[in-house]
This record gives sequence, structure tokens and C-alpha cells, in this order.
Amino acid sequence: MKTDDLITMLATGAAPVPRRVPTRRLLLAVAFGLPLAIAIVGTQYGFRRDLIEAMFWPMLWLKFLFPLCMAWAGFVVVQRLARPGARVGPAWWALAAPVLVVWAMAAVALLRAPQDDWPQMLFGQTWRTCVFSIAFISLPTFIAALVALKGLAPTRPGVAGAAAGAMAAGVGAAIYALHCPELAAPFLAIWYVGGIALMAGAGALIGRALLRWYRAPAAARVSAGRPAWRAPPWHAAPVGARAPLRGARHRPPGRPP
Amino acid sequence: MPRTPLGNEAQSNDTEAVLRDLFLQGLAGDATAYRDFLQKLSRHLRAFLGKRLFGWPDDVEDLVQECLLAMHNQRHTYQSDQPLTAWAHAIARYKMIDLLRAKGSREALHDSIDDELELFVASAAEASDARRDIHTMLASLPERQRLPIQHVKIEGLSVAETAQITGMSESAVKVGVHRGLKALAARFKGAA
Repeated sequence: MKTDDLITMLATGAAPVPRRVPTRRLLLAVAFGLPLAIAIVGTQYGFRRDLIEAMFWPMLWLKFLFPLCMAWAGFVVVQRLARPGARVGPAWWALAAPVLVVWAMAAVALLRAPQDDWPQMLFGQTWRTCVFSIAFISLPTFIAALVALKGLAPTRPGVAGAAAGAMAAGVGAAIYALHCPELAAPFLAIWYVGGIALMAGAGALIGRALLRWYRAPAAARVSAGRPAWRAPPWHAAPVGARAPLRGARHRPPGRPP
Repeated sequence: MPRTPLGNEAQSNDTEAVLRDLFLQGLAGDATAYRDFLQKLSRHLRAFLGKRLFGWPDDVEDLVQECLLAMHNQRHTYQSDQPLTAWAHAIARYKMIDLLRAKGSREALHDSIDDELELFVASAAEASDARRDIHTMLASLPERQRLPIQHVKIEGLSVAETAQITGMSESAVKVGVHRGLKALAARFKGAA
């Protein structure tokens, strides 16, 4: 085929493309996940009974705003990673800064408290469940963000998945904070950060597997005498390689059945 | 970052401005500008990929087409706040690495990150024919994708006319074109 023919074909009837599609699709993912996160906490966990009173405590705000900052930074990073050639640059710092601040506050709080209080500050009463609750509550946002990313073009699928995980966990943790009874900075520094890290890790693995928008079908590309690049198991089978599974209907014409 | 010679940089900037203009008009729905854009872009891609795939001259034109199709399918991921060369280079590099991996060539993966600007420096108009035939590949698509592409993209009919001929709804025609191009992009691989 001549390249000019392909170009003519692509240009013919090409519809206008809406602007800022990546930003809008990812915002849509958050808009889908956030109400579900609120619903999960509202029905499965229950909000703090003293929520009104607690609104005057700075610690509750820290617990709420820290994940929110993570969600925002994750959003900025992931929407850049979704576009080929866009640099993330200083936005990485926006993702790291809230964690560093919380860690610093935790260190100060620990140093100022007697050592006997440390276990209580580090583990509270809910350390066993905190990480998994955050992961569970962030799941709707996470899935929606992956679906959005699937329609975009992340050239670094693993990193983009991780950023999507951090964004989703930020949303989940912010809502979980309205249930969570803990009020110590060290608890936040370990278990909230842990929940976000867990989702980022899961996002990295899932992103690598699902977010590639190209395929390297080893079988179709082997040239004589060269070893084939072996596709990792998460690569979808190339279209050509799938044909035999579909039976005789797809057999090329002219070849005996 | 190594400095490119001044002449190259100026040429790259000019090309960036021209191509970006055409592309933005194309994104706004101007098919002529879009066609012009793809044509100019294909020349840069050909030179860029030709230089890097000198060991496999037969693959250059295939990869040019693959890149064009990928850029068309992903054109909604370009935002006007970023340089077009960065966007196009990222996709071309991604496709090239994909090909080189498939060829089992680890050596060729050591690609300088700084060669982004080079994409718009050179231009090659001589197109050899790719080894694939679009009509053969189209024939392998299911009818609900093949017919919309046939009518809208090759014969140049409007979506409404196509809907009338095929008896599909207009949105089904649009979806068919969209999914069909995606499927073609995937099939390009298998046919090479």
C-alpha cells in the first residue's frame, strides 16, 4: 500500500477532536469514583459520630487534606503521563512533598512524646485494617482511572498505572479519614502512606499488563536467523496468532482445509 | 544536552510551527490541513526512522504507516501546551522500540533521549510501497467496521450517507470507523 493512500484515508472525513480529552476523561474517572467512595464509607464503615466536633481539630484536617493533596498531585502526574512526550517534571515533587511533610510531622510528634506512648501513636487501634480499607474504598476510582487511561496513550504504562493508583488511593484515603478514629501523625505517616503505596504498587503491576497500546507479536516479527523477542505472558496474543483458535473460518483462501 | 547545530535548530523550529499549525487546524476538523499535516509528517518520519532502521530498509515504510495510524488514533492525546515534536517523537520512538524488540535486537534499544528535535530536521519524500495492502486487511474486518471505513474513509461519503446506504445508525457508523481503525492498527502488526 502506498503511504499516500493511507494518509488520504485517514484524513478523509476526519471529525473534529474535542480539546483537553485526557484531562476531561481522568476528571470523569474521579467524578465516578468519589461518590462511590463516599457511599462505601457511609454504608460499610459509617462516618465518625463526632464529625462536627472533630472539624475543629487540626489533626482531622491534616488527615483529610494530606490524601487530598496526594490525589491532586496524582491527577496532575497521571494526566501528563497519559500524553506521549509530555514531561512530568516538577509535578513529581507535588507527589513527594505531602509524604515528606507528614513524615516530618510524625518524626517531630514522636520525638516530643514519651517513648511509652509510641506504640499507641504508631499502631492506634486500627492499624490492621487501615491499609486495606483505603485500598477497598479507592477501588472504584482506580478502576475508572484505568479505563480512562486505556483510551489515552501512556508511553510508560507501569508508571502511569502507579500514578493512577496514587491518585485513587488519595481519593479513597481522604474519604476514609472521615471514618477513621486515629488522630496521631505517626499513624498517618505509616498506614495512610502505606495504603497509597499499596495502590501505587498495584497500579504499576496492572498498568504494565493492561495499559500498553502497542503489541509486539513475537511470532509475526521473527526474521530468519534472529532470536525472537519473547513476549512476557501479559502481552495479549497477536491477532495472527489467535487465528487458529477460531477454527477453519479464517483459513486463508486457496489453501486446502 | 548536546547542542544541535544552529541551522538544524532553526529548521526544526520552523517545521514545528508549520506542522503544529496544520495539526491544530486538522484537530478542529479541517480535513485538507490534516491531510497536508500527515503528508509532511510522513516525510519526517521516513527520514527519522530510515536513519535508525538502516539495517532493515524494508521495515521503514511499514513503520511509517504504523506511526501515522497510531498518531491518528491517538490524536486526542495531543494538547496544544506541549511541543508537537515531543508528542510525535514519543509515539514514533515507542513504535520503533516495539519493532526492534520484536526483532530481538537489544543493541538498537540504546537510543539517545536527546534526539527528539531531530525528528523535524530531516525529511524524505521518496516513499517506497509498504508490503501490506490496505484492501486485503480491510477485508479481514467485520462488516460493521469494514463498511463504514469503506464508505467514509475511502469513498469520502458523509456519515449520514453511509448510514443510509448501510442501514446502520449514524453513531454506529462513527463507532465502526473508530473501532475499525483501531483494529487495523493491531492488524498491521500481524501482516508485516
